[in-house]
Amino acid sequence: MKFTWFNLMPWPYLPDDFRQKHRSVWVDIPSTLYDPKKGHHVYHEYLDQLEYAETLGFDGIGCNEHHQNGYGLMPSPNLIAATLSRRTSRAALCVIGNSIASYNPPIRVAEEFAMLDVISGGRLVAGFPVGTPMDTNFCYGQIPALTRDKYREAHELIMKAWASDEPFAFDGKYNQLRWVNCWPKPIQKPHPPIYIPGGGSIETWDFCLDYDYNYSYLSFFGYLRGKSLLDGYWERVAKRGKDESPYRAAFAQIICVADTDAEAERLYAEHCLYFFNRCLHVFPPFGDPAGYRTMATIKYGALAQLTAARQKILENLTWKQLVEERFVIAGSPDTVRQQLEECIKGLRIGHLFCLFHNGNMPDWKTRHSSKLFAEKVMPHLRDMWPEWKHDERWWMHPMDDRIRPEERQPGAEKMGAEWPR
Amino acid sequence: MKWQTLATKKGTACRVLEGGSGAPVVFLHGAGGLLGDNPCLDRLAQRYHVFAPEWPGYGESTGEDLLEDMLDFTLHGWDLVEALGLAKPHLIGHSMGGMIAAEMACIAPHDVAKLILVSPAGLWMDEHPIPDIFAMLPYQIAEALFHDPQRGQALLTGGADLSDMEALKEFYIGSQRRLAMAGKILFPIPNRRLSKRLYRLTAETCVLWGRSDRLIVPAYAERWKTMIPHARVEVIGDAGHMLPYEQPEAFVRSVAGFLG
Repeated sequence: MKFTWFNLMPWPYLPDDFRQKHRSVWVDIPSTLYDPKKGHHVYHEYLDQLEYAETLGFDGIGCNEHHQNGYGLMPSPNLIAATLSRRTSRAALCVIGNSIASYNPPIRVAEEFAMLDVISGGRLVAGFPVGTPMDTNFCYGQIPALTRDKYREAHELIMKAWASDEPFAFDGKYNQLRWVNCWPKPIQKPHPPIYIPGGGSIETWDFCLDYDYNYSYLSFFGYLRGKSLLDGYWERVAKRGKDESPYRAAFAQIICVADTDAEAERLYAEHCLYFFNRCLHVFPPFGDPAGYRTMATIKYGALAQLTAARQKILENLTWKQLVEERFVIAGSPDTVRQQLEECIKGLRIGHLFCLFHNGNMPDWKTRHSSKLFAEKVMPHLRDMWPEWKHDERWWMHPMDDRIRPEERQPGAEKMGAEWPR
Repeated sequence: MKWQTLATKKGTACRVLEGGSGAPVVFLHGAGGLLGDNPCLDRLAQRYHVFAPEWPGYGESTGEDLLEDMLDFTLHGWDLVEALGLAKPHLIGHSMGGMIAAEMACIAPHDVAKLILVSPAGLWMDEHPIPDIFAMLPYQIAEALFHDPQRGQALLTGGADLSDMEALKEFYIGSQRRLAMAGKILFPIPNRRLSKRLYRLTAETCVLWGRSDRLIVPAYAERWKTMIPHARVEVIGDAGHMLPYEQPEAFVRSVAGFLG
């Protein structure tokens, strides 16, 4: 099993009456609720936590892209990953990822991801999401019905730019570039591992299988509800005659560890409820513009993640419900271990995106929970898939002799260094 | 009136509601499509030979993937006219249909008899931003579209019982399909630079507006008048954006007054 420590980077100062006063945490949330000076401290706290996760032995540290919202403060995940690339050297940098349909031209993603891979010594895990409709359509103005087509073209351009050793012309429908010539190129060949985060569009399954990319199901509603979707994915894997390596799939899960189950509630309940009540408070139409989901997906019956009905559920959530329905895996190390075994086996996943920081959780609680997990849970879950132990197809392949900047004082004067005269 | 299905040269299959006799009038519907009952067309067919095509992605019409941008939409309008075998018809376009009809009249100014634009989309005024129809709850849509939203809601759903899950799902799927198509020329801002082309429009033009249009407010009628100085503008009372459906009699009276 591979464990990635993920921080969504929510804004932790949404007021108590946020839900009553505002219709959405995304798209049209008043920007007066953001305070840049507090933001300075928030960013550093979150970045410190990601760096701390590496010292705890997590395999990866993760970030992602969202816009105009109080749910996740990373309009540019590449900036976040860039700071991490200079302060870490062992963990994979999982950027899950860049919403490539929104980039103009998307060659920018090929370049920036290559930069990250080079600076980090080959530690990039590259995610290509279609992007939420809030981000891609309402904030970045892409036409919903054409978003997937534009996404496909952007993907084609990026992969070709990485693969080609010669400049080439790209005559796309959305991008016309006479000279494509990616400088720099990534260290990892033929390309960094690619992860496709999906919210439940069935087209994504075939796309992942066509190229052997990892399918990452990002839901906040736990493994019990995620199961039917991942079952559908594995059915598709079998039908396509692909091997059943669990590393083909990843899942995101909120995890809270304490000494006892009761202690977990006492420590973490209010912060998880903050996350569900405020950070997911999205005006339903922003989550489901016509054309974003294909007719096939709608007819498949996969409901949009953020329907009005779901908003009703979020409004009245209790800790008991969060835990019982496994939106949150919380409790003593034993409880968490047992539930995660169920989650990992049930979904057949080789990668877990672990969400330890939730909502407005203070730094010490986040670290406490992460440390308990790393020491008392993670070691027991390492060998869940012994028969696939050596399958590294969906993980980073860094340089052996890479620089370890966090162990040096990079800015210090170089005493005794020989300068050519 | 009766339905027929036509194939266009490009490859779409479009259902057309046809009826009446007299001068040919092509009616282009708005982003919501034709409704279950279209009394405005029935009345129109008492005086004219009416053709009301359903756009690809609407009702039983297919081929939506063939149309991606404004030029595709505009040429599809003329492809339909050709498939119907019409020469120089009158064009009536409502809302999104008005945007398309105006484009058609700009690209082929000598092929239109007279042009009627009913609360047309296509222009944008910063001082009157048009509400985002792609970000509305169902009840908000009726409020934006109708002078009388309660009655409007019933017109939109065609009396279907939306407490029934299956009926709701069917309505939802249809509505997603229609608006997905409309989004190609209306999202995120319903302005595809028609204003740059309106200088080409020479057909006699009438612009009709509902006085209580809350979606595209009547200030836009003045804007159209500025852009097409030879246009006649009429504002009709007790009507919102869905003027032809809320005031079918007044609508047909104005049309007849203009077309003769």
